[in-house]
Amino acid sequence: MTLTARDIAEITRLLEDSSFDELELEIDGLKIHLRRNGDIPRFLAKGDRPKPPVSEAAEVRPLSPPPITDPNLTEVRAPLLGTFYRAPKPGAPPFVEVGARVEPDTVIGIIEVMKLMNAVRAGARGVVRDIRARDGVLVEYGETLLLIDARELS
Amino acid sequence: MSIRRILVANRGEIAARIVRTCHKLNIETVLAASEADRDSLPARLATRTVCIGPAHPTASYLKPELQVQAALGTGCDAIHPGYGFLSERAAFARLCEQHGVTFIGPTSEQLAIAGDKLAARAAAKGVDVPLAPGGEAPSLEVARELAARIGMPLLVKAAGGGGGRGMKLVERAEDLDAALELAAAEAGAAFGDARVYLERFVTRARHIEVQVLGDGAGNIVHLGERDCSVQRRYQKIIEETPAPGVPQELRARLHDAALRFAGRLRYRGAGTVEFLVDVARDEFYFLEMNARIQVEHPVTEMVSGVDIVAAQIAIASGSGLRLVRGEAWREGCAIECRINAEDPARDFAPSPGTVRSARWPDAEGIRVDTHIESGARVPPFYDSLLGKIIAHGRDRAQALTRLRAAIAVTRIEGIATNLGLHAEILADPEFMAGGVDTGYLARLLERPARAAVRQHG
Repeated sequence: MTLTARDIAEITRLLEDSSFDELELEIDGLKIHLRRNGDIPRFLAKGDRPKPPVSEAAEVRPLSPPPITDPNLTEVRAPLLGTFYRAPKPGAPPFVEVGARVEPDTVIGIIEVMKLMNAVRAGARGVVRDIRARDGVLVEYGETLLLIDARELS
Repeated sequence: MSIRRILVANRGEIAARIVRTCHKLNIETVLAASEADRDSLPARLATRTVCIGPAHPTASYLKPELQVQAALGTGCDAIHPGYGFLSERAAFARLCEQHGVTFIGPTSEQLAIAGDKLAARAAAKGVDVPLAPGGEAPSLEVARELAARIGMPLLVKAAGGGGGRGMKLVERAEDLDAALELAAAEAGAAFGDARVYLERFVTRARHIEVQVLGDGAGNIVHLGERDCSVQRRYQKIIEETPAPGVPQELRARLHDAALRFAGRLRYRGAGTVEFLVDVARDEFYFLEMNARIQVEHPVTEMVSGVDIVAAQIAIASGSGLRLVRGEAWREGCAIECRINAEDPARDFAPSPGTVRSARWPDAEGIRVDTHIESGARVPPFYDSLLGKIIAHGRDRAQALTRLRAAIAVTRIEGIATNLGLHAEILADPEFMAGGVDTGYLARLLERPARAAVRQHG
């Protein structure tokens, strides 16, 4: 069976409208775990890219993080709106982890727009200090994906 | 199927207006905003805002895949396209259909017919809706022969165009070849479709259009007509309903022609069938169908009592037309002025910038649709519409009095606007008498006294 984004939206609504904080569903070998206000929802489909979760209720406005004032830190921003992936494919190790050294052309993630995969590059040299964007989640144009620290280079 | 969350794929006053109706209906909204509109009024009104791209519309509002991705990623069931941008793109409606997102509007097939002016002419012909003499001009030879039959003056129009874009007026037969070549080149560049057609140019005509709603199953109702004859270079600036001075019998024929055309398409959603009307000769011609909500829809809402955005959503969610039973409660008259950020003294040059202060009218019978408040920015990338002031009255005289008073107290500081021009038109005896033709505004702007003011002031 194939699970469409619409199905997931419907399932998410079930959770949103309920008094529960977590929901676990198993349909034909496909396991879905949804958690309210929680971590990244996990979609464990066989070899299929996870669909963007919609657990964030529309009423919740994303809080804009405090502006970065440290001159050594560079924000890597989303060059376009789409679904952000930290790894080249499901189950594969992420492109970068905190502490990784990157060059301007190091790929740090993928943004998918309608099945089109766009590589995102660091654009700066340094060490990954923090990863802000969650895997498999919609990121807006200009949203901060991760922070690169130029200082920690030896 | 119920709609619970709508992505608003538009900006400005229409985005704010759509959000308001959604919230009244208990539907959540996600505004898909460009970087330039992140802090706009609709962004603050919407349940949530996502930034879909840079300010330039080709990188944000005009990107179908970004809009659909934003809808899917935020759990929206439907997309409201507003007007302009992607609202009449058949490919966009198809993309929504393919991804299980409800497109609040007609089907992609209906958009394709309405958007192809030759296909629309054929559809009109099929249900005996009168057409201005004309036809396709696939070659110079055919065009010359056709032009001889139509007579001068005539218009060369782009099959893929609309709203006056890509149009050339030919007044002498010897200018035909050059006009055809130019029109085809322009149409190819602007619409990706170089097909052109010829149509008789009807002088001294009025632009009268009929608002229709269809359920997609063949049921069509109309909500009366609007007279939009006050135009400058095919851009409407004042609209009113009912059309003044049109005999009841002609009015009924217009309504009926619009119902037949929309019925032929088994039209779904809100749409407008536009006509050129020669009241003196008791004749009218089909112009085109706008397959979307229109800027001037509030005048119809004020006299019909129908919330057209709510009707669009009801139709899209499968409730059909049962909430809309037109005619019975239609009463009074409504007139709208489009307030634009443009400077009439400088040949209507756009005047983007920051609105230092904005004071809109608030009085009985007055409605204001706007996204502009004090401090709002008017970016240079989009159209210049700042808002619409609409007056309703028991008759045209009362609506006019209210509108004049409303325009007089409106203050937009920091950028140039056409408020002064509106005040002038509303006080002009010819407009006050009612029934001006589409050449009226150009003639008013050329009056000697005005021309002198423009030169020295």
